[in-house]
Amino acid sequence: MADLKVKIHNLEFKNPVTVASGTFGFGEEMAEFFDLSLLGGIFVKGLTIKNREGHVYPRMAETPSGMLNAVGLQNKGIDYFIDHIYPNIKHLDTHIIANVNGSTVEEYIEVTEKLNDLEKVTAIELNISCPNVKEGGMLFGISCPSAIAVTDAIRKVYKKTLIVKLSPNVTDIAEMARAVEGAGADSISLINTLLGMAINAEKRKPILSTITGGLSGPAIKPVALRMVWQVYHAVKVPIIGIGGIMNATDAIEFFLAGSSAIQVGTANFIDPMASLKIIDGINEYLNRHSFQSVNEIIGLLET
Amino acid sequence: MKVVADHKVVNIQYFSEENYVIQMESPVDIPKIKPGNFAEIKVDNTPGVFLRRPFSILDVDYENKLISFYVKVIGKGTRYIGLYEIGDQINLIYPLGNSFTVSDKDRKVLIVGGGSGIAPFILLGKEMVKNGIEATFLIGGRSQRDIILTKEFAKYGDVLVTTEDGSLGEKGLVTQHSVFISPQFKYDRIYACGPDPMMKAVAIIAQQKEITCEVSLENTMACGFGICLCCVTATQEGNKRVCLEGPVFNSRYLKWQI
Repeated sequence: MADLKVKIHNLEFKNPVTVASGTFGFGEEMAEFFDLSLLGGIFVKGLTIKNREGHVYPRMAETPSGMLNAVGLQNKGIDYFIDHIYPNIKHLDTHIIANVNGSTVEEYIEVTEKLNDLEKVTAIELNISCPNVKEGGMLFGISCPSAIAVTDAIRKVYKKTLIVKLSPNVTDIAEMARAVEGAGADSISLINTLLGMAINAEKRKPILSTITGGLSGPAIKPVALRMVWQVYHAVKVPIIGIGGIMNATDAIEFFLAGSSAIQVGTANFIDPMASLKIIDGINEYLNRHSFQSVNEIIGLLET
Repeated sequence: MKVVADHKVVNIQYFSEENYVIQMESPVDIPKIKPGNFAEIKVDNTPGVFLRRPFSILDVDYENKLISFYVKVIGKGTRYIGLYEIGDQINLIYPLGNSFTVSDKDRKVLIVGGGSGIAPFILLGKEMVKNGIEATFLIGGRSQRDIILTKEFAKYGDVLVTTEDGSLGEKGLVTQHSVFISPQFKYDRIYACGPDPMMKAVAIIAQQKEITCEVSLENTMACGFGICLCCVTATQEGNKRVCLEGPVFNSRYLKWQI
């Protein structure tokens, strides 16, 4: 067995395989499939200060090798999470990472402050890249000054590990990464979904109720790999790679490009056991290539 | 725990080019399936099909570990499932979703199925017989070739049929069947599954007659087990997941524009 332990800032992960926010609920639904403590970490569904109903149906469109979603951050709010969900998942022997959202910097701060005291939430993922909300979300993550402003504000109130999730819907991802690193991010996760749309030609109408939505799945993997690789060469903080990871080979590619850990996202919808298979497959790859530790292949891409 | 496993195709019976029943053998004991539960079927090696497809579970043979689905061809996924060959493996996840209420207080129930909406009603019919509840099946389709499995339904209750072209049973939509205006119309509960306009029309009749009506919804889903939040429907208590809080809902709980 190869050593699968990785470090993100000052946190040790038992393995580098985590699950992406919005693709795993709060873990409760997935406990029917496997022991969640086998995961390196769980990025729980995005949280906001107040209950959000999300967008009206239809919220999803299947696309070539992927899908568009326009869920719109449906969740019952941070207080409900603290009172009713956290007690059910805090026993898990894995990192629980809260995905924090807001329409304003103040809302991001309010949510974050409530998370400070949750012992088992070991980190937050600052979501400045959700393409499916009218206010806030991605708007913070597509310009450097606003990304710096919100990261800096959260850094001042959050004591533990701060991961900032970047949007791919930018011209220069390296510049965004440097900006949030400079503002105090301990780690960077990327990529969130790519803004896209799908059309029903027969009806001459958009498929999503919101017209546009976020593209995920294998269709976006090449874009994600390119961005992880660019960010790896731009910053010093560890990177958590996301984007169309369906199997262990995909995960290995993200490590080679510079990710210290990965998030399995859309794959969970098709195979709820995908993340476990990926953990096994990473071990198999490391053994086959005689690596002792997954850390040996992070950024090992030969160019 | 849920079953997530490759199942062997043992039979595909075509009723017409667009309607077939596919039966598969499970490698493990099949857990208790309730009427209304569904499965997510993975359609491999099919260009343009990325996500699984949800199907109501038509029937189960626990002893022989067999599970079957009624598939109506509506797109690539539904067409390709029918092209599998005997012996091929198909990955299934089940049982998913909630189920129809079976109440021992009921004496007579009306079960209304339109098109592929008949799928969950074989299992429901079996439950009715088990509980001594008298069931009447009302089955509707566009024409005769869309009306299948009537002999099977007849094992569990009376069968009434409507077709839009009048090729079988009464002519018209299911909601236009004479049973609804019969002086003997007396049911404790109505179950409906089919196209949305049909279920809404049935729900309106049920509401007028003050009868509890349960409907089984079909929405596009990415996962089928509650994590993607894509298949929501508006209810009196906000958006609920059709895959997890549903697919069966009391029609009064839904915020239908009726």
